[in-house]
Formats: sequence, structure tokens, C-alpha cells
Amino acid sequence: MSRPIVLERAAPSLEAREAYLRELDTFPKRLLHNAERFGDRVAFREKEFGIWQEITWRQYLEHVRACAGGLLALGMRRGDVVALVGDNRPELYYLAMAAQALGGVSCGMYQDTLAEQLAELVDFADARFVFCEDQEQVDKVLAMEGRLPKVERVVVDDWRGMWRYHHPKLVRFSELQALGRELLARDPDRFLQEVAQGRGDDVAIFCLTSGTTSLPKLAMLSHRNLLAQGENFLAVEPHVSPQDEFVSFLPFAWIGEQMISYTLHQLVGFVVNFPEEPETAQRDLREIGPHFMFAPARIYEGLHSAATVRVLDAGPVRRRVYEAAMKVAGRVVDAQAAGNPVPWWLRALWWLGYWTVYRPLLDKMGLVRMRVAWNGGASLGPDYFRFFRGLGLNLKQIYGQTEIAGISCVHRDGQVRFWTMGAPIANTEIRVTEDGQIISRSPSVFLGYYKNPEATRRALRDGWLYSGDTGVLDPSGDIILFDRSDDIIALQDGTRVPPRVIEDMLKFTPYVQHAMVLGEGKPYLAAILNIDFQNVGKWAEDRGIAYTSYMDLSQKPQVLDLLQQLVRETNARLQPTWRVRAFISLYKEFHPDDDELTRTRKLRRRHILDRYRDLVEAMYAGADRFQATVSVRYEDGRVATLHPLLEIRRLEGDA
Amino acid sequence: MNAYCDGKMTGGVPLVDVILDVRHLNLRFAGLVAVSDLSFALHAGELLGIIGPNGAGKTSVLNCINGFYRPQAGRIRFLDRDITRLPPHTRAALGIARTFQNIALYPHMTVLQNILSGRLVHMRSSLLACGVYWGFGQREVLRHRERVEEIVDFLEIEAHRDARVGELPYGIQKKVELGRALAMEPRLLLLDEPMAGMTVDEKLDMARYILELREVQGLPMILIEHDMGVVMDLCDRVLVMDYGRKIAEGLPEEIQNHPDVIRAYLGEEHGLAEEVAGR
Repeated sequence: MSRPIVLERAAPSLEAREAYLRELDTFPKRLLHNAERFGDRVAFREKEFGIWQEITWRQYLEHVRACAGGLLALGMRRGDVVALVGDNRPELYYLAMAAQALGGVSCGMYQDTLAEQLAELVDFADARFVFCEDQEQVDKVLAMEGRLPKVERVVVDDWRGMWRYHHPKLVRFSELQALGRELLARDPDRFLQEVAQGRGDDVAIFCLTSGTTSLPKLAMLSHRNLLAQGENFLAVEPHVSPQDEFVSFLPFAWIGEQMISYTLHQLVGFVVNFPEEPETAQRDLREIGPHFMFAPARIYEGLHSAATVRVLDAGPVRRRVYEAAMKVAGRVVDAQAAGNPVPWWLRALWWLGYWTVYRPLLDKMGLVRMRVAWNGGASLGPDYFRFFRGLGLNLKQIYGQTEIAGISCVHRDGQVRFWTMGAPIANTEIRVTEDGQIISRSPSVFLGYYKNPEATRRALRDGWLYSGDTGVLDPSGDIILFDRSDDIIALQDGTRVPPRVIEDMLKFTPYVQHAMVLGEGKPYLAAILNIDFQNVGKWAEDRGIAYTSYMDLSQKPQVLDLLQQLVRETNARLQPTWRVRAFISLYKEFHPDDDELTRTRKLRRRHILDRYRDLVEAMYAGADRFQATVSVRYEDGRVATLHPLLEIRRLEGDA
Repeated sequence: MNAYCDGKMTGGVPLVDVILDVRHLNLRFAGLVAVSDLSFALHAGELLGIIGPNGAGKTSVLNCINGFYRPQAGRIRFLDRDITRLPPHTRAALGIARTFQNIALYPHMTVLQNILSGRLVHMRSSLLACGVYWGFGQREVLRHRERVEEIVDFLEIEAHRDARVGELPYGIQKKVELGRALAMEPRLLLLDEPMAGMTVDEKLDMARYILELREVQGLPMILIEHDMGVVMDLCDRVLVMDYGRKIAEGLPEEIQNHPDVIRAYLGEEHGLAEEVAGR
């Protein structure tokens, strides 16, 4: 056995710091500390009635105390699980913290989960309490009540529209707090006693893992796991200060959001801002102008595609200026990434571009004050990196799994080589096993999957976390990720292709929403493309092409020509064996409700291959048409069967 | 929580049970009889549906109630006061608000401005106070703006606050129109086909708002609507018109099986029953 390469980074921590950490080893203890230290400084800001309403650290603690008292009054015991469903609101954070203050576990659920899946997860987590933001979530829980025998109380924040709901399990959030204040008035020391009982090794959260291959699993993470994660991350990324603004618009159930707006918030003490509604998030982001951001690739892809479409819409002069400026930006980024010096004249041109093009563009996206933007979840295509870094945004890649509390690697400033995933954070070791799997070890490696010892055994061996990702270590110390081991395509002749690389290139136009490259055991690669309805729709309107629905638009010959051109351009940048020889434009968008995407919008390849097996076979059988059978469910509940005729487009191998 | 849940916007509890009393209403345009000898009453907290074929005179009734048309004969009492001869703006000030079948908003103004225009009946500051702004004028602006924000929250149109109404989709415009009517803090709301041309989702939303206004705020409403499912589900009582006359009035179940209604409504047997059953 060859010796695996070991990379160890010394932690910058001192002994005093360690002792201090040991003392404040749970989140509720941190909050008590922060309420004292920050007092009347703003902790949260939430937009309501068009105005940013402020909540101070002291008020944060008061809300948590009231919630904890309420949970006690309703019979919560140590170790109980509280499931949380809803958009990000301060109330969600109060309840999560309150549960942990009582030695319980908070478990965030994706708010767009369908009723059945939600019930399955809540039941699997053995949650006794469920927090629902509004009627929509309450309806899901009550509809599945029969399958949720362990749920005792459902706490509801926004009672709007529920004037006839008299279910005995329902409790208003305000009632919960009133109960809590009453209990704590009788027994004022109870809250502190409960918090004092907490230990760093207690489980703090169950976090849904975004399993792309099977049903989600619940990763158990302790207070120590999460806090160590935050400390070790801050040790290498000293970009975050207490004066900063952060906008919380990604699902609370996602480890990345937990990591920033829960963990780092307690460690650093910046302001977390909550948008008014999900629809206003983009506007609210621009109003706040956050200093840093941690988002999955789809957010950057969305920003890029929105910008590109606006540029395509602009007059010819502006478009020329933009194109010229982006060419300059691209050259600067390439030189920097390769470690070459940037000549003075190029720097001067970039400076000119910054004040005329890049800065106004960043301003429109709400990113003009941003010191650093991290991309997590799936990796972002190099083309996007060139784009954002060219504008002057310090965009970096983060690598990690839910099972290691989110982050194990990040790009260092001045060393952003966007084909890598960065270097390990403090107190974190990364190795690549003989068969190419990336494994990692740190104080943040999780305790195991809840009620799933078999999966735990597979992922956790001798304290090392087995990621299931294939990669290599770059001589610089950065990790290079190929793909999920399971996802790598082996063509008939044995050529191994990481599909995501090609997909990222295909998606780098505003017209393609999703792309899936396939070809396991086949002689060549093929792709299933999802057009971007909004942008392709606009493109069609500009050319006077009439269409009715997504299905109709996706099969227009002109649209297929457009896609074919895009695929051809992509192919020209790829080595011959990696070229896509056939593609179809799918009649629908991939959707999490159909199990085609995870809730964080990653492809669930196996499921897609299964679902479209006939279609894939037709592509490889050399057909040029495929009659699909689709059952459609209309808004009013009617179900109809449609038979769209899909055209399979082919490209020659040499182009 | 929004203001609708704690009854802040009820605009005072009416002292009488009968909010609106219409007696022997007659309206003619030259020789054409639009409304003929129509009498009905609307009670506190009630949602009354008016249905009937096109041209039955439904909208004309609303126009008589809010003063657009002067009936040739008959009397209309609102909150125990005879309003038959009052001009439309006085009736608006008394608390009668309405939405229109064809959207009647200011297309070049923003959503906020449009809803704020509904507050005009409540604006008290003099030209001088508004011109100086600081002090009384500012306080009043803030007060009105707060009400408007409550309505924006109620109708879930936060994302469109500063958008020009003319550029918004039809379904949103309908919401804005309801918002403007609510900004008047009405004691009686007249809804003229609020769901016409909407998608199923938008209709559901609108139905939710109407129900919430009735259940939480107890706002009396008259609803004209062609979607039978909506009318039968939402309304406490239904009044059926044909050729300007009332041909039936009663609970939704009674109306569905009323032989005259079935005969007259679509001019054929079983028409309505089928439409109702098929919803």
C-alpha cells in the first residue's frame, strides 16, 4: 500500500482559547454570552410591512427563553427532537435555539417538501414537536396526521387563514411564548439550569443530507462539531467581522445556511437579515448589500444568467462595451489564476472596466459591498468563476459534506485556482485513498446517521469520513474533485468521463437550465437538456416565434437549432471522446417533486436514468424521433396523458 | 400577524343588523329596463352572491348602490340612512367601496400609489399642512402608509410594491384593485367579478381573501361572479336575476335546486344544475 498524502494544517488556536471554547461548548451558552457581550446591538433584521424591523441580542435571548419555557410547559424532555418547517424567520431560530437549550435536537426541513415526504422525515426523526411557519406547512402536517403518531404539538407562527382550525395539537407561537413566560415567572432559574446541563457532545441538530443517490439521511451533529467547524473555518477565512451584514435566504435545513446564520452568527455576531418574502429576496439583498455570502452553485448560475439576458437585451453599443470589458476581465483572471503577473496596461484597462461595467453590474446584483462569496454544495463551472472574479468579486469554492458540518476545504485568498476545491481548513486532514476516494478527518466529523448504523459504518471508518467523491491532491495542497465516484461515466471503450464538467459548460448560457450528460457503457456521450423557460421564452418572443407552454417551446425547431449550436460550441472546447454526440430537449424541467433533483437542486442521476430509460435507449438506437408518454396533473386535479414527439439531434464527432 | 386578525380594520361595528336595504329598485335606459322592482337586504357580516345570465342587470345594481346610476324609482338605505339621492363620493365616504369588472386602476402609478389613492377619503391635512410636511402632514402620511402596508401584507403583493400597475400581470392587478377598495376601510364591499379571467391558483387566492375578510373582519360584501363553484362555496345567500328581475333568493343549496333558476338561468333544463354539479 502506497503511503497516502497527508496534509495537516496547524491550528492557530492557543491554549487559552481552547479553555474558553470548552466553557462555551453549546449554542445556548454562546447565546447567553452574546446577549451579555452585545446587549442592544442588532442580531436580526426582518423586513415586515416594508420596513426592516430590528431584533437585538438581548431580545433574541428573551425570545429563546420564552420559547424554551413554552416547550417545557408542553412537556419537552431532554433529547426530544423539534422539526422546523418554513422560510427563514427569526422565530425559526428562536425555536431551534430553545430546543437546544433544553438538551433537545433541532431538525430543519426543506419548506418545499411534499406532504408525504415531510411526514416520512418527521416521523423518522421521531420529532415530538413540529414548528410550522404558516398554513401551508400546517396543512401538510395535518393531512398526514395519521402517519405522525409521535408528533404531540404543532407550533404555528403565522395563524393567517386558519380561523377555523381548532385541532388540539395546534399551538400559536405567541401562546407558546406566553406559556413559557408564565412558567419562567414561577421558576426563573429553570432556563439557566437547563442550559448548564448541556454538553458539547450532545447532539444539536439533525441535518438532512442531500443524498443524490438514495433517500435522504439524517446526519447527527453535536454542538462541538458545529462550533469547531465555525472556529476552524474562521481561522483560515478572516473575512467576517461583527459589523457585517448577511442576508439569510437559503433554506435553514441546508448545512450551509446553518453554518453561517446559526454557527458563525453566534461566533462572530454580525447582523442576519431576513427577506420579507422569498419573492423579494433579490431586492432585499440589494437593499442590504451583504458583506459575504455562502450559496450553492444555482444561485451564481441564476445571477449570471439574469445578467447575460439583460445584456443581450441592451443596445448594440452597450453590448460591445460589455463584451470588450468582459474580455479584459477574463484575461486578468486567467493571468491571476495561472500565477502570472498582470501587465500594467491590462490592469489599467480592468480599472476602467471596473468603474464603467463591472461595478454597476455588481451593484445591480446586490454584490457591490461583498468582500467574499463562497460557493458550496456542487462545484461551480470554471466559466462562472471567470465571470464573477473578472468583475472583481472574490468568489471562492468551498468543499465539504453535511457529515463534516459543511466545510472541509476552501480557496485561500490569492490562490484561487478555480479548477480546485481549495485547501483544508484548520484542524482538518484530507487524504485520497488508493482507489481515489476523498476522505477527511476533523473535530467536525459527525456522530453518525440517525437510526441508520449501516450507512454510518460505510461513511465513518476509524474516525475518517468517507465522502464517496473521487479526486486527487494537487501538488499545491489543494484538492481537485472529479465527481461523485458513482457518477463518473465509463464509456464502452473504458474512457472515464466526469459528467459534471461537461454539464457546467453546457449550462453556461442563459438558455440551458439543467443538463445531464450520460453514456455509461455506451459508445459515446449524450445529453438531456432543460431549456430555461424564461430566457428561451424571451429569445423566442424577440424572434417572433409563438409558443404556448414549456413543452411546446422546448420542441420548436428554432430552439433545437439554438441548442445544437450551443452543444457544438461546447464540443469544440472538449477532447473528442468527451464530446456530446446526441441530445434532446426535454419536454419538462427537472423538479425535486418528481425526485429528479435534490432539494438543493442537484441532479439525481440514477433516478433520471430510470425515469427516462426508453428515451435514452432511443437516443442510442439511432432514432431521430421519440414519442414520449407523459401524464400531467393540472392545477384543478385533472390528470391527462400527453404524447409529445421529441426530436433527437445528432452532432458529428469532429465538431 | 396582520391587522386583519385583531379586527383593527373593521371600521366600527354597525349598530343595525341590516346593512343595506334595497326596495323596489327600478332602472331604465330610455326604453330598456335594466333593473325592475328589485328588493333585497344585506345583513351584517353577510356575503351575498348575485348571479344571472349576461345582461341580467347585476352590474347595474352595484352601480345604483354606489351611485353611478340614479334609479328612476325605489329606495336604497345604507346603515339606516337613505342614500338614494347621494352622489358617489359621499357614498364612498360613508364606507361603500367596490372593485370593477374591467380593472380601473391608474396604470402609470405604482402599486403603493394606487392603494394609497384609496386612502384619499380619509385624508384630512390641508394643502398648507401637506406643503409644510413636517409635523401633522408627516404623521398623516405615515399613518396612511402603515394601513397600505397592512393591505400589501394581506394580499401578499410585497414583491410588486414599487412596480407600475400597467406592467403587472392581470391577476396581480385584480389584487391591487381589491387592495385599493380595502384602503377605504369600507363598511360594505361590492365585488364585480373579482375572479374573471384568473387562473385556478389566483382564484383560490382571491377566494381566501374574500373568506378572510368575512370571517375575520365581518365585512359585508356583495359578490357578482360567473364561476358557480365559487359562488356556491363562498356565499351565505344567493340572489338570482334575469332580465332585471329577481327570480330567486336563498341559501346556495336552495338555489341549486330551484326550478325557476334552472329554467331561466341558461334558458334550458338542467343547465345550472349541471354546471353546479360539474364544478
